[in-house]
Amino acid sequence: MLINYIKSIGQYFIMIYETFKRMTKTSELRRLILQELDDLIVSSLGIVVFISFFIGAVIAIQTALNFSNPFVPKSLIGFAARQSIILEFAPTFVAIIMAGKVGSYITSSIGTMRVSEQIDALEVMGINSLNYLVFPKIVAMCMFPFVIGISMFVGIIGAYFAGVYGGFLSAEEFLTGLQEDFIPFQVFYAFLKSFIFAFILATVPSFHGYYMRGGSLEVGHAATTSFVWTSVIIIFMNYFITQLLFS
Amino acid sequence: MIKVKDLCKSFGDLDVLKGVNAEFEKGKTNLIIGQSGSGKTVFLKCLLGLIKPNSGVIEYNGKAYKSFSKEEKREISTQMGMVFQGGALFDSMTVGENVVFPLKMLTKMSRKDREKRVDEVLDRVNLGDIHDKLPSEISGGMQKRVSIARAIVNRPNFLFCDEPNSGLDPRTASVIDNLIQEITHEYDITTVINTHDMNSVFEIGENIIYLENGIKAWEGNKDNIYKTDNKKLTDFVYASNLFQKVRITQRRGL
Repeated sequence: MLINYIKSIGQYFIMIYETFKRMTKTSELRRLILQELDDLIVSSLGIVVFISFFIGAVIAIQTALNFSNPFVPKSLIGFAARQSIILEFAPTFVAIIMAGKVGSYITSSIGTMRVSEQIDALEVMGINSLNYLVFPKIVAMCMFPFVIGISMFVGIIGAYFAGVYGGFLSAEEFLTGLQEDFIPFQVFYAFLKSFIFAFILATVPSFHGYYMRGGSLEVGHAATTSFVWTSVIIIFMNYFITQLLFS
Repeated sequence: MIKVKDLCKSFGDLDVLKGVNAEFEKGKTNLIIGQSGSGKTVFLKCLLGLIKPNSGVIEYNGKAYKSFSKEEKREISTQMGMVFQGGALFDSMTVGENVVFPLKMLTKMSRKDREKRVDEVLDRVNLGDIHDKLPSEISGGMQKRVSIARAIVNRPNFLFCDEPNSGLDPRTASVIDNLIQEITHEYDITTVINTHDMNSVFEIGENIIYLENGIKAWEGNKDNIYKTDNKKLTDFVYASNLFQKVRITQRRGL
């Protein structure tokens, strides 16, 4: 079993190397990247905005309800919401959501192409199927930090609405807390890790789809396995990057 | 022309091909027949370069594939057309886009020339009016014909077909068989067809190779397949009562 894991890790890095070899024709690549931008990024905005708004709101409510000490300033609700959303919720939580939405889409679409011999058809034509299929996804996922930026903004708006209109604190108190002890490096850290998560989100599901064997049942199985592994790797990398940049 | 010498391929302990020798001539429909699991698909994939054999030599027009440079390998792959068992059409593309795809990716033809060529090949497979349909919107027989159109659009020197008429009704299967044979003669290309459909064998088998457990057990054509006394082959070919009757009739000279 351990040998199989080591083999898979090796195969994953070979796949990455092969992805950047023998590039597809530029005009076709441009079309594919635009297509992937639509499928992976634009189509995910709705769910990201929806979840971010309500999670932001819940963070504000939970923080407010757990501060019973009258000596703790209410502006801390805005501060806590900002810190939770920028540092962890937006980059990590949204990446996990994307692992479910985008990851399973990538695995099942590439897996179906494998099962129906479309990948073999590309290879027979002398096209580097990995470059054709995976490279546009990696490029499109470079826009993932943009999604994270939107998630941060909408999450804070959600926290503002729940905090201010829920009667937990005034708008001034929320805005004061929001600006308190702001460290720009933390935003850089959030975007840096979302960039790394984007690469994982594009490549790990592609790996599971590309190297799958079997029929349609196995496509479903590969999509589930891909979600589990993408989430595990994202959570591990989150710990690793945090340790690296903050300790 | 394709020549295969002592081709061996195994997966772990399982020997799939055990020293197969074969010769596929230009302008002829060459058939590989055999039971399921006899190694036909692996053999075809070795010819296509999708599977690397353990040993043996595959020659294209007298030159061994092993000795090809990277550039030559890429060049030879542009000279190959493949009709997959399930069609392998790209789901997200229309019929027209599927057929033009090899030209777009592998040639520097102008848009106008590409469109002209696509019209030509779609007309050749009698599908002139379905450019804008998606593969899911056309029948299985039409998908196979689109797949043939895509395989020949680049004017290949070698055409490979993996069970081109599986899952089709006998009439459509016969149309596909005849179309492949006509294209082979018309374009003077080397065609290798993988099949276990006996109708194809008797209709278009100009050169037939019978594989049995990874070994070439017989070679001949559609005329002398009736006369053979090879037990393994006759058991396979005449497994159906209909073909037993055909054989008896042929042997009686009726």
